[in-house]
Amino acid sequence: MTGVLVLLSIALITVYFRESSSGGLHQVQSAGATVLRPFEVGADRVSRPFRDAYGYFAGLVHAKSENNRLRAENEQLRQQAAQNAFAASENADLRKKLHFINSPHYPRGFGHVTASIIAQPPSAFEQQALIGAGSAQGIQQFDPVVAAEGLVGTVVRVAHNQSLVALLTDDTTSVSAVDVNTGAKGIVKAGASFDHVGKDQQVKSGDLLVTAGWKAAGLSSIYPRGIPIGQVTSVGQNEVDLYKHVQLQPFVNFETLSSLVVLFPPKTR
Amino acid sequence: MTADVAKAAAALFVAAILQVTLLSQINVFHGAPDLVLVTLVCVALLRGTIFGAVAGFGVGLVVDTATLQTLGVTSLLLTIAGYWIGRYGETTGRDRSHAPFVSVAVVTLLYSIGALILHYMLGDPASASRVLLDAFPFELIFNLILTLPVYALCRRLFRPPPTGLEEVQLLG
Repeated sequence: MTGVLVLLSIALITVYFRESSSGGLHQVQSAGATVLRPFEVGADRVSRPFRDAYGYFAGLVHAKSENNRLRAENEQLRQQAAQNAFAASENADLRKKLHFINSPHYPRGFGHVTASIIAQPPSAFEQQALIGAGSAQGIQQFDPVVAAEGLVGTVVRVAHNQSLVALLTDDTTSVSAVDVNTGAKGIVKAGASFDHVGKDQQVKSGDLLVTAGWKAAGLSSIYPRGIPIGQVTSVGQNEVDLYKHVQLQPFVNFETLSSLVVLFPPKTR
Repeated sequence: MTADVAKAAAALFVAAILQVTLLSQINVFHGAPDLVLVTLVCVALLRGTIFGAVAGFGVGLVVDTATLQTLGVTSLLLTIAGYWIGRYGETTGRDRSHAPFVSVAVVTLLYSIGALILHYMLGDPASASRVLLDAFPFELIFNLILTLPVYALCRRLFRPPPTGLEEVQLLG
């Protein structure tokens, strides 16, 4: 009996497989499907509430997992966006430095190392910054440090791969400077005042100050000549003091500084 | 006997309609419960080889007709499945409590392999890894879950035939 049924099944498969879609078995099957259709519709209607309930809960589970996935993806994209924004900012900063290095303002004969600031000054009382380059990159103590906008400061301490830079605004930083407009000479102290300017010299508000870069008796300034320092904001004098009172505003914004250029004369390295 | 045939036909028909309309839409990693197979196993286990083979052939035709699949494929597989499980039931396994679960587990595996081979021979696209690795574990779990209620229902519908060894309580 079972053998007969198996053979019958194989025969059905063979005939069904070989005949066209308008063949006898196909017609029978189509008629059978038509007969079964009402039962299927009835079962479908009966089971619809259960299927809807299943679909609802399955959708909830799916929505929950999708929500978690989208949250993770959103977080990842947010981090990516932040990294991109930081990279774009860094790129713009480096382009400015590259522009400065290729510009006529760049001091002749000086080599350079570009380094990023890895630690900002811990407080307003310490106007220093730690940079990610040191003696391994050729940096030495008292090397001048600049940015695209102008003078930043001086290297005061050097480690193998790090250096400490005293900013122009540090109390210990003094730079001999010259007024580009009038030729008046003096010393910029702490990035705020232009001192030792005689009363007979002409300085007016809005004048540009650059490094003087002097040489005398075998000695020379550590700063090359012509690096922009800042702009004079106020000028005053009184009868008692020997010198004028000149205030200035540095070109470099030290709060947003992220990378800088350390200069050094190539012959000395 | 006629009553058993009617009951089996009704049970398998309902199972086939439910399978086609409802259960086939459950999809967990391509695996779905097979109520027709579980019902057939239970019926064959309780009623033997001939009953199992005929029931398998009939319900296979219904499934193939309702789903417009190649006529005879499901019939062939279910005929063999019904016969083998009926044989197991006729020998030693019927009265053991684990018999339906073992039967369903073995038949689910053999049915998956058989269907894969048959579809492969007919030139249908069939992925062995998808059927045996992805779908099979979930199909097996679903079928084992269905086995308990379906077998209990079938035991109520088809009481085991008398063996002649029933205990007789003597009065007095």
